[in-house]
Amino acid sequence: MLSVGQLQEGVVLDHIPAGKAMDIYKRLKLDRLDCQVAMIMHAHSNKMGQKDIIKVEAPLEKLDLDALGFIDHTITVNIIRDGRIVEKQKLKLPKKLVNIIHCKNPRCISTIEQGLDQVFYLADEEHEIYRCRYCDEQYHSSKKKGA
Amino acid sequence: MRHCMSPLDFSVEEIDQLLDLATDIEHNPEKYSHSCEGKKIATLFYEPSTRTRLSFETAMLNLGGKVLGFSSASSSSASKGESVSDTIRVISCFADIAAIRHPKEGAPYVASLVSKIPVINAGDGGHQHPTQTLTDLMTIRSIKGRLNNMTIGICGDLKFGRTVHSLIAALVRYTGIRFVLISPEELRIPDYVRDDVLRKNNVPFKEVIRLEDALPELDVLYMTRVQKERFFNEDDYIRMKDFYILDRAKLQLAKPDCAVLHPLPRVNEISVDVDNDPRACYFRQVQYGVYVRMALILTLLGVKVC
Repeated sequence: MLSVGQLQEGVVLDHIPAGKAMDIYKRLKLDRLDCQVAMIMHAHSNKMGQKDIIKVEAPLEKLDLDALGFIDHTITVNIIRDGRIVEKQKLKLPKKLVNIIHCKNPRCISTIEQGLDQVFYLADEEHEIYRCRYCDEQYHSSKKKGA
Repeated sequence: MRHCMSPLDFSVEEIDQLLDLATDIEHNPEKYSHSCEGKKIATLFYEPSTRTRLSFETAMLNLGGKVLGFSSASSSSASKGESVSDTIRVISCFADIAAIRHPKEGAPYVASLVSKIPVINAGDGGHQHPTQTLTDLMTIRSIKGRLNNMTIGICGDLKFGRTVHSLIAALVRYTGIRFVLISPEELRIPDYVRDDVLRKNNVPFKEVIRLEDALPELDVLYMTRVQKERFFNEDDYIRMKDFYILDRAKLQLAKPDCAVLHPLPRVNEISVDVDNDPRACYFRQVQYGVYVRMALILTLLGVKVC
């Protein structure tokens, strides 16, 4: 069995659906953090059968929780101090997304206007629907889309 | 500072006030003829629209103000690659208020984020066209005497027709409104209007393909043109463009007091033999558009006329 060392200070992202860790690694831009990151894929899980886990040796503030909430708000965020879980942060769907996804409507001003942030707002929490702030084009959260 | 991006920028009470003002302008034009002296409107039209642009310009001239602007992207700095944000920053130094039409959806909103003067969305792609909606509301209220308790048929291009999306969003706020949405399968109302506006507000509606099936129950028939500029594929446009033609024979199926509206320009969708029918209200609608734009300019500029 593969063994990954214990994290002393940092954040553990747990209960990531199996196979999704690399996607989250890229979308949270973890490669740009100057710290150790461990990715465990297809680990055994009583709840999920298989799951992925990401351990990040960095404070929580370094992670974009809005992006993570949009990708999958059911992921567990454990904050680790002195090798122990001191807090479990609950993710929620962010009300607003800034530069996390891009509008794919070719008629949207955001496709041509220089320096414009890509802004989406949560239009329907129940159905996890976001809309482009400029053109109202509809997007589902990543979790819903993948479902 | 207030902008006008969507009809929903105004509460029902504010729309009532705006329409009351427009009606007062209709009946007492002299009273308002100098109310914007010394003020200028910039009409920034990145795509052609003679009608809407001239309506805005007429509105400002009727108020005693002046107009400046451009009527196509090729005659503006956009052809040199200037952003919408930069253009409005510059125009803010020249004019007191701006009306922007742009083929890209959300462009007037982007302008409003940095503008120092009120911005009016004069149509952004297939998205919103609030002053057409205010015109439509004024026309319906003036002709029917109310904005509630009606069955409203909307016919034609319901997918790309921005006037349709704006009108539906505005009308669902009134009680007793029911919609009959008449379109070919390919041009049905977008999901966000069906789900977020109609279903969310529990507004009764049905979707039909044949105009003849809907006509007898309508208090208002809102016809629209299938717009060539909204299609990427010309074959699709040719297939759709003559799907609906309202002629005198079909109009016999409608109620005697059904009001026929159209945002214009019409092509083939309303036969010219309908024009003299008392139910044809689309040319009066154009005149109401000037009054309502005058009222909007006064409101956004904060000009009070006693």
